[in-house]
Amino acid sequence: MLPHWILSLLIWLPIVGGLVVLATGQNDERPEAARWVALVFALLTLVLCVPLLLMFNADTWHFQFVENYSWIPSLDIHYALGIDGISLLFIVLNCFTTLIVILAAWRSVNTKIAQYMAIFLVAGGIMNGAFASLDSILFYVFFEASLIPMYLGIGIWGGKKKAYAAMKMFLYTFLGSIFMLVAFIYMYTKGGSFDIASFQNLHLTATEQDWIFLAFLAAFAVKIPMWPFHTWLPDVHTEAPIGGSVVLAALMLKLGAYGFVRFSLPIVPGVHHAFDWLLIILSLIAIVYVAFASIVQKDMKRLVAYSSISHMGIVTLGIFMVFMIVGQTHDAADAMISVQGSVFQMIAHAFSSGALFLGVGYLHKRYGSLWIKDYQGVAHAMPVLAAFFMLFAMANVGLPGTTGFVGEFLVIISAFKANIWVALIASFTLVLAPAYTLWFYKRVLFGEVKNQAIMKQKDITGMEILVMVLLAIPVIIFGVYPEPILHLAHATTMHFVDHTMLRLPVGSY
Amino acid sequence: MTHAFFPALPEIFLLVMVCVIMLVDLFLKPAQRGVTYVLSQLTVIVLAVITWPFVHDKAVTLFHGQFVLDHFAVVLKLFMYLMVFAIFLYSRRYVMERQIMRGEFHLLTLIALLGGMVLVSANSLLTLYLGLELLSLPTYAMVAMQRDSNKGPEAAMKYFVMGAVASAMMLYGMSFVFGLSGSLLLPEISHFVMNGMSSSMLFIFALMFFIVGVCFKLGAVPFHMWVPDVYEGSPTCVTAILGTLSKIAALGLIVRLVIQMMHGLMPHWHIALMVIAVLSILLGNVLAIVQTNIKRMFAYSTISHMGFIVLVLALGTKQSLTYAVFYTVVYVIMSVGGFGMVMLLARQGHESDKISDFAGLNKRHAWIAFMMLLLMVSMAGIPPMVGFDAKLFVIQALVAQHYYGLAIFALIMSVIGAYYYLRVVKVMYFDAAEPATLKHPLSLDGRIAVSANGVLVLLLGLMPAGLLALCAF
Repeated sequence: MLPHWILSLLIWLPIVGGLVVLATGQNDERPEAARWVALVFALLTLVLCVPLLLMFNADTWHFQFVENYSWIPSLDIHYALGIDGISLLFIVLNCFTTLIVILAAWRSVNTKIAQYMAIFLVAGGIMNGAFASLDSILFYVFFEASLIPMYLGIGIWGGKKKAYAAMKMFLYTFLGSIFMLVAFIYMYTKGGSFDIASFQNLHLTATEQDWIFLAFLAAFAVKIPMWPFHTWLPDVHTEAPIGGSVVLAALMLKLGAYGFVRFSLPIVPGVHHAFDWLLIILSLIAIVYVAFASIVQKDMKRLVAYSSISHMGIVTLGIFMVFMIVGQTHDAADAMISVQGSVFQMIAHAFSSGALFLGVGYLHKRYGSLWIKDYQGVAHAMPVLAAFFMLFAMANVGLPGTTGFVGEFLVIISAFKANIWVALIASFTLVLAPAYTLWFYKRVLFGEVKNQAIMKQKDITGMEILVMVLLAIPVIIFGVYPEPILHLAHATTMHFVDHTMLRLPVGSY
Repeated sequence: MTHAFFPALPEIFLLVMVCVIMLVDLFLKPAQRGVTYVLSQLTVIVLAVITWPFVHDKAVTLFHGQFVLDHFAVVLKLFMYLMVFAIFLYSRRYVMERQIMRGEFHLLTLIALLGGMVLVSANSLLTLYLGLELLSLPTYAMVAMQRDSNKGPEAAMKYFVMGAVASAMMLYGMSFVFGLSGSLLLPEISHFVMNGMSSSMLFIFALMFFIVGVCFKLGAVPFHMWVPDVYEGSPTCVTAILGTLSKIAALGLIVRLVIQMMHGLMPHWHIALMVIAVLSILLGNVLAIVQTNIKRMFAYSTISHMGFIVLVLALGTKQSLTYAVFYTVVYVIMSVGGFGMVMLLARQGHESDKISDFAGLNKRHAWIAFMMLLLMVSMAGIPPMVGFDAKLFVIQALVAQHYYGLAIFALIMSVIGAYYYLRVVKVMYFDAAEPATLKHPLSLDGRIAVSANGVLVLLLGLMPAGLLALCAF
């Protein structure tokens, strides 16, 4: 039997691990010790996910492994944790990503290695907390606290304009999330509880719902980021170190989408229903316009960053389409498939986008440039990297047999049930994603070697290959057999759709 | 008789100790000044020990109702002790290196502490004024303690003139209140204001004088002009006293004089305080952005923090008093850490009060930089630090009273605040150290104090329930 505080362990073990790593000496006194201690803690955290997965009951949408302690009694704030299918997936993904980040930094980060490891371990713990929170203030605390390690991570190990990028990321997301805090407090004064589930049963007037919707939109649309709130992401990605980019792409962005699923839609479904056309249009703009923007990027990291935004557009489309689908087919199961597609796309994107950032990071480390024009024919010098890069590029494109395909397929199939025009526009991604990914791939990795400096560098080795392999395995396994992920998310997404539909004003359908 | 004076024992003890230390200090050679330091610290510790038993007692008045010891007074006194203790700890080496270790610093601080204690325990206008002056006079002298600096005398003059004007304002207001109500006792005046006389224009007149005086002491806009200059011009150990001890006392002042005594006039002071609070938060945060001197930055950040405290007090609910005390306590804990950090990094002939002096601190003293990070993040109100809890309660109180616009305004301002606090983090972590600020040894007690302070900010943030319960009224 699992200890009932396993979720707490998942949050605090990496954080404690971070402190232990710091104790090995913060100015590179014992770099090897720092690496190994960090690895042990990252592995331990990931191992903890195994019993979590085994014991998890996927047939119910109820929260499991619940912990609940009074935290600030005078405001009835609780330290309440629990997970459902969606949070479970993200927690496992998070633990896995933390391990990847630790391994990816093994030899590529050589300054202040202990601090680097500590920061990303702590970030992992905090992110677990955000995904497991059942109390809104607790969620807010984790949501905000995750910015601190990211701020430091980008600022210390980032590129030339690192301080600017770190501050931009912090202030943008901080500004967005304060509105969410006010919304939480408002709902607390209405209902007398900060419990997330209790928010869903509040009786809110139309005006209140509108404002709460806007507050959530400010917080989550910036975080995802949805067009037109996306401008911070490319700047930040460009300057972030490898680990920062990976965590940002794989998890931080997902917090936004998670927020929509956990808070915004279940609490104020009526407004989402009324404005779903707007949200869908924003998602479509993200898919199409941002993909075009991606094509013309000259900087590799910016290109991957724009591709991230474009992929997140598919995620938000899948979530916001539920009303349209139910309106057309009157079958919640169809809408459920759309949401499942979104969830799957988020996880797929974590692998492929994370891996692309890693690959770009490897190139950057070797050649010291992020400009596409500085490269040509790298495949001659680094065939192994080129092979992995190809796999992840294909996953990014959505080739069948990779994870990228499943999510996109589910969402676009569902889009056809919603509205043919939406589906047609969303389908552009099938053309545009290959356009920017493969053209980028061709320019950087294929072609004649014009610059002899390219041939001077060695291919990826050891730990770098291991990281790529670790990422390639889930990309292929879940690409071929997506059922485990869909199964885990099934009951939760079904309940999410049912619940959202039930809470709509009478007579909506 | 001894029993009757028992609640005033801390004040009596402190007064006796001040005399004893003064005498002892006379006979000490310059090399033995450590004795003064140890005696002062022991005094503060004993004070805490004899005050603690009153913490849950019912309010008692003595000296014919002139003096009250209630929960509010006990809590504020306890944190005053903590602040004085911390400042002595931080400043031990700082005052030695700057030749202000002549015993006066410790003595004057203890006298100021006595003033603060009398002030928060005041139950009549006379005691209140007595405490206020007893607190202010030593600080005027202390600001000028570094006679050879250029800015010291200027700051002292500014502080003295401003403070004297503020005191005069309050005294003028008090004379009105006494004339109208015929009483000096705060509860009687409060009763008088409640019952019918509240419409009197003269009372409102007096109230405005009180607000002006109190805002001078708090440093709230538009009576804030002296704050940055005095903060910058004083020796850092004195700035720390102004930023912590005086602020706790000022909270006592505004609560006793305006919030409690004039409760019947709430519709009037409510608006005035709101406006003052909004201006303070706005101006403090915006002007802090452009500062290059960290003491000046703290000065403007103080103004904005005072704005938050006044804002929650202006709501006038029972809860708001609790939250104001909580915010003040949290603020002084963070603030003393900030000033302590400046003192810790200062060395002979170098004040280390520029923000650029923190450059590359992570490289030089990683742990100390981390503590400063915790303090800065806490001041910015970012979870999981305790500064967030303080802000959360203020916002909650605002939203509960339907001030949504103000709540959002306050939060947007804290985003602006986050910018300049994070800039300090940026300088510490992202910038390279200048060659001039090479690694130099830091005093051990200072390091311990800073570490305790930083960890406290984090721990209180993770577990704020205990502190909140202590501050509950």
